[in-house]
Amino acid sequence: MSGRAADRLLRTAVLAALLLLWEGLVRLYEVPHWLVPGPLAVAAELWRAREVLLPALAVTLGTALLALVVAVGAAVTLGVLAVLSRLLEYAILPVAVTLQVVPVVAVAPVILVYVERVETALVLCAALVAFFPVLANTITGLERIDPEQRDLFRLYGASRWQELLWLRLPAALPYILAGIRVAGTLALVGAVVAEFAAGTAGEQAGLAFRILESGWRLRIARMYAALVLLAAAGLLLHGLLRQGERLMLRRLHLAAREEARPSSST
Amino acid sequence: MTETGAALVLRGVRHVWPNGIEALADLDLVLADGSFTALVGPSGCGKSTTLRIAAGLLAPSAGEVRRAPDGPGAVAVVFQDPVLLPWTHVLGNIALPLRLLGLPRAERERRALDALRLVGLDSALHLHPDELSGGMRMRVSVARALATEPRLLLMDEPFAALDEITRFALDTELLRLWVQRRFTVLFVTHSVYEAVFLAERVLVMSPRPGRIVREIPVDEPHPRARAFRASVRFAALCGEVLEALEAAGGDP
Repeated sequence: MSGRAADRLLRTAVLAALLLLWEGLVRLYEVPHWLVPGPLAVAAELWRAREVLLPALAVTLGTALLALVVAVGAAVTLGVLAVLSRLLEYAILPVAVTLQVVPVVAVAPVILVYVERVETALVLCAALVAFFPVLANTITGLERIDPEQRDLFRLYGASRWQELLWLRLPAALPYILAGIRVAGTLALVGAVVAEFAAGTAGEQAGLAFRILESGWRLRIARMYAALVLLAAAGLLLHGLLRQGERLMLRRLHLAAREEARPSSST
Repeated sequence: MTETGAALVLRGVRHVWPNGIEALADLDLVLADGSFTALVGPSGCGKSTTLRIAAGLLAPSAGEVRRAPDGPGAVAVVFQDPVLLPWTHVLGNIALPLRLLGLPRAERERRALDALRLVGLDSALHLHPDELSGGMRMRVSVARALATEPRLLLMDEPFAALDEITRFALDTELLRLWVQRRFTVLFVTHSVYEAVFLAERVLVMSPRPGRIVREIPVDEPHPRARAFRASVRFAALCGEVLEALEAAGGDP
């Protein structure tokens, strides 16, 4: 057995042991299910409430994904502009940093005042959270180029656009993709926080609202079920972005050497 | 040496870094069109600075720089690292200067393939830099420099990072290309032996602030046979260059 397969087995075993411990303790001490439900009760509730929880997950994920697209588009565009013009860099960065340090929970009510459509406001809030890592990484990547590669471009009289398109952007891609991976999970967090702030009910209710609602009704198992769903969605999103990043870097021969592992383990 | 018909003239070139360190003091250098000149000197003496000034990548603090012909594509540089773009294949890397000069696609491909054939890498054209050996990467770098058919080729310790066997092979190959095309070469190296084997004359630089203190002609006809490396005359010439380096006051 290779080291990688052993790792995976160990990780699964630890997770299983923790779940078993949880279930065991709940049963041993006869903890009432409305206080702390065991994993089996949560699983049962997840199944029972699937018609409420799954559409809610779809709403939240939709908000997060849309926010991610908006954030990446805006951040890469602004990053490129910032690198092209020092003046713009000085204009953009302080605003971006300020937005970054103000918590989205505090900004969301303000946005909700001005943006009439709640869905749009939610996307904006989530995008605001996801925006910064992509912007910071884009600027870092575009500015951190090999001086000799730059000399090479200058030697042949390359224009700024040629340098941007054929040197800076491809060289920045690993940074930008890493930023997007971080932004993906942040967008999900941002979407949940914004939903809490908006408190939207009805058709468009996301997972955050379902968690609040279950709390009000003391349906603790359902709260846990929604949390499990949220965690799973976050892990899935992170995994997909990571996989996409790896594939793209390998295709462009930008992959780090340590990622080359024997394929027999997979 | 006369300045008419020279490919490169540096006159009274002086360079001071922003931190006040004087890199070059009153440096004169004239390269006759089609000549092969090696520049040796102790490390930190300003060899690379001289080369960057000659390439137009650095403006000297004072002095005159003339290149004939001048303009993008007339001058090429081979750096110590191959400086290839990892995301594009061999052909794309070699065609990069042609692309930057705005040549049409068909013309680019034709000339890039010609340059590739010149260094014997035509079977590797769709490989990426990470799939090549160090020697092959350097060949690609040389081919890229030659793709625009430059009149002046500036080489900054290009083979220094390679193993000796590969370096000897590339030395011989460079001489073959030079005999074929007769571009002007300025070859910066810290290897006395490489300088003597390759060049028609060896210029010796003093420690910082760098100046050219000796000129040693190597009148062995080109193309040079491998036996030249093992000859008594070769050893004597190397001894002369080493002596000049010591007299200038620095270790090579």
